[in-house]
Amino acid sequence: MNSIFKRTYSYWFLLPAAIIYFIIFILPTIMSFFFSMTRWTLSDWEFIGFENFITFFQEQSLSIGFKNTLIYAVVTCTLKVALGLLLGVLLTSKIRTKSYLRSVIFFPTLVSTIAVGIAFSMMMHPTQGVINTALAAIGIDGPDWLGDTRIALLSVAMVDVWKGLGFATVIYIAGILSIPAEYYEALQIDGGNSWHKFWNIIVPLSRPATNSVIILAFIGGLRSFDLVWAMTKGGPGFTTDLIASIIYKQYQGGFYGLATAGNVILFLVVTALAFPLYTYLNRKEVDL
Amino acid sequence: MRKIRQWGFEIGAVLFTIVVFWIPFYFILVNSGKDAKESSLLTMSWASNSQYWENIKTVVVARDFMLVRAFINSTVLTVASIAILIVLCAMAGYVLQRRTGKLSPLFNFLILAGLIIPPAIVPTIWVMDGLGLFKTLIGLILIEVALGFPFAVLLYKGFMSGIPREVDEAAVIDGAGGIRLFFGIILPLLQPVTATIIVLSSVTIFNDFTNPLYFLPGSDNVTVQLTLYNFQSQYVTQYNLLFTNILLITIPPLLLFIIFNKRIVAGMTAGSVKG
Amino acid sequence: MKNMKLKSLAMTATALVLTGTLAACGGSNSGSNSGTNTAEGGTGGNTEKKVTLSLLVDNTQDSVNLANAYVDAFQKKYPNITVEMETRPGGGEGDNIVKTRLATGDMTDVFFYNSGSLMQALSPEKNMLDLTNEAFQSNIVDSFKPTVSFDGKVYGVPTSSTIAGGWFYNKKIYSELGLKVPITWDELIANNEKIKASGISPVIGSYKDSWTSQLVVLADYYNVQAQVPSFADDFTAHKATFAGTPAALRSFEKLQELYDKGFMNKDMLATTYDAGLKMLADGKGAHYPMLSFASPSLVQNFPDEIENIGFFAQPGDDASKNGLSVWMPGAGYIYKETKNVEAAKQFLAFMASVEGTQVAATVSKPTGPYLIKDAKIPDDVPTLVKDMLPYFESGKTAPALEFVSPVKGPSLEQITVEVGAGIKKAPEGAAAYDKDVEKQAKQLGLAGW
Repeated sequence: MNSIFKRTYSYWFLLPAAIIYFIIFILPTIMSFFFSMTRWTLSDWEFIGFENFITFFQEQSLSIGFKNTLIYAVVTCTLKVALGLLLGVLLTSKIRTKSYLRSVIFFPTLVSTIAVGIAFSMMMHPTQGVINTALAAIGIDGPDWLGDTRIALLSVAMVDVWKGLGFATVIYIAGILSIPAEYYEALQIDGGNSWHKFWNIIVPLSRPATNSVIILAFIGGLRSFDLVWAMTKGGPGFTTDLIASIIYKQYQGGFYGLATAGNVILFLVVTALAFPLYTYLNRKEVDL
Repeated sequence: MRKIRQWGFEIGAVLFTIVVFWIPFYFILVNSGKDAKESSLLTMSWASNSQYWENIKTVVVARDFMLVRAFINSTVLTVASIAILIVLCAMAGYVLQRRTGKLSPLFNFLILAGLIIPPAIVPTIWVMDGLGLFKTLIGLILIEVALGFPFAVLLYKGFMSGIPREVDEAAVIDGAGGIRLFFGIILPLLQPVTATIIVLSSVTIFNDFTNPLYFLPGSDNVTVQLTLYNFQSQYVTQYNLLFTNILLITIPPLLLFIIFNKRIVAGMTAGSVKG
Repeated sequence: MKNMKLKSLAMTATALVLTGTLAACGGSNSGSNSGTNTAEGGTGGNTEKKVTLSLLVDNTQDSVNLANAYVDAFQKKYPNITVEMETRPGGGEGDNIVKTRLATGDMTDVFFYNSGSLMQALSPEKNMLDLTNEAFQSNIVDSFKPTVSFDGKVYGVPTSSTIAGGWFYNKKIYSELGLKVPITWDELIANNEKIKASGISPVIGSYKDSWTSQLVVLADYYNVQAQVPSFADDFTAHKATFAGTPAALRSFEKLQELYDKGFMNKDMLATTYDAGLKMLADGKGAHYPMLSFASPSLVQNFPDEIENIGFFAQPGDDASKNGLSVWMPGAGYIYKETKNVEAAKQFLAFMASVEGTQVAATVSKPTGPYLIKDAKIPDDVPTLVKDMLPYFESGKTAPALEFVSPVKGPSLEQITVEVGAGIKKAPEGAAAYDKDVEKQAKQLGLAGW
């Protein structure tokens, strides 16, 4: 039986995928640890120890990426969880326009990030832009969304939320729909109102959905690149630079070793934050 | 009374979506019909003399039909990547779910790592270059496959666990080997999750910007997302053409959305919560 | 068991076939790799044989027009040579493409690229063909050669005329307000105060295209070297820094002053280069610190306003030392591994001839004197170019820093945006730039860093 088992589920099935995955993903990841310690022109390299990492931490134009990336990931993740949950509740309730609303909120997920970034950066133009023209019409003097260093990063984060909210909402819809009806019935018997329903049933029982949204949004936020690049290229100055955009700029400059060091740093940051988060969330789930 | 409140609420919600979700698209739509001068004002007003057709022609013809080549490249990229992804990941998911052994934790770890870890860009370029695949479409296809692998395998694994082992056993008793069992019986049964992966991956790959930017540089092999980026180039900023380009490259995802709207939402929910 | 093995083999074979077909598919799409070297072996100056030469240029309209003009005229003169042109993006994106193509051994026979520090960053001795002993070198003005040289060997040929960096100004505004062209920084500030009082933006900032923010700092170099003649050498040798040299720090201070005094347009961070040119032509802004390579697009987009736009060098603090910072044009280089050496050299020789400059002038009016001996500037150049000529005639010009020193930090444009938009003060900006330069020098492995 064992041999039938082995033959039926032969590792040969795994092989083609494993080869591609190994050569194109795992191998470069392993090698990045070596090349991050070199001065590298692709054709030849010179070992320089931790110098690239020191540069990364010392130089303000590079180290600013840590703070920004963290802020960006936390802000987008929190908003996606909060708004996704609310919309999820709304769109599973008895409203007539439900399917229209679901479609509209989901659609931005399918549109190119670059297109969204370009369109929004024009709408956020401080004097001609649609947003500030509209605000001016009701007597508000709108800020320079992408130029003001205090809010530029948040403006980009808002667009990220706009685009990614549909995804979070759909996950929540699924999570909420999978809650067995008995819970609601029990609550009705106990005479709970809709507030109780929300806090005591929906929030705890859509926990798996929350976990998915947190993990996806948080990791996505930490790795984010295209939206920032399309909207501000990290500017003004370095105000909206994320680790990923800094890596790209070093790559552009031909500093391949330094870019790879940035990659290793991003790798470590993501791993150090995401793995514990993942295990933490999954453990809690079992407790329920 | 209650009904009025309900309606008021619904109208409010719809109005809200119009302001927040429709206006950006309307903005793109009106500005792609203007001439360069008018579009540079970035207003929401309808074009004073609309020239959609001229703009579309200009964008299509620009730089030796770059956009047409880009559409061909992006289509080949998307279709080929997904075809490979589906076959290879279904096979992998099938074995990984059915066969548990000493190696299983390692496999699971590697797959989870793939979901979380950002790819190491320059070393990947180095490897691709060594294989002669850097700056080729086939190279980019392999990259999309490798990066899409963890997610697709997880979905397949999740779905496989819902297919009872009795199905396999019956087939083996009938004398089917692994290949016949998989391609003849299992793969057809995986069809719902396959559909989900096709829809989700096609959007991701078609809209991918970062990987073509890194692994397919230059103006000969562009994908649609890069045309958009190139149009935004330093010196020439013709907003009307930029918006026309946005409009054109949004059509494929829009069609996909119209056709598969229900399926996307349903399929995604099935996969993501379990996964 | 045997059967099983066979089946697995069959499966891997299918997988191979599958990838094989895809390879074929991909191959047909990578047109750039195939077809360039159609005349392999047809080298050695055999003029009978058909030769196809590949050429890479950046995709700005002006460069493409210029390259097309060279190619058309060249092909007429040498019917056996066909030149196939490829384009690449400009700016940092383009640098990156040129670098990776060189690094991966996939460059065109001839390529156009910047001269000066950017060229130095390409490892010329490894990637470019040495042109020091070519006959056409005698046509080229000597001041150009150091900007395309490395270790005493010359690698390039100028693609167009010199470019000047300084201040474009709207002559209508100047005459309405009765202003005079300033020759000291204080006079410029006084002019700006008057312009501001009249309700017009005195200085146009277009920091959305961040490269434009560097101009005030870079165009100040004539003044820096007038005060500290040894700055470039000391800077290259890591003996002098921007923050530590008052004359160099002054360049950053000027940029800061423009912001502090409220001379910039309010939406400078959202304004693009194109929008900046439009503001200047429409008289919504009085000054625009810019390179004279903007003149073709001004001619093209604002033909009615072009004669109202003038030019002056960025003034320093001493009226007796007023002069112009000059940018060298990009150059044509030959890829070291090219199989078409003779044809490539013929092409560059053509560019380096008076005939070549005449061809260039038909599509792109010069933005300053040519770098080819005996080449004349046509009489119908716009006023702003004529405004530049006196500086050249009186010898009051100096090449910008990036043409006399191989070190230029890649983040200067972000740093000048910070200083120019009040995010950082001048001393902090200068210090940040010194750090950035150090990073570049270390990554290039320059001696002394």
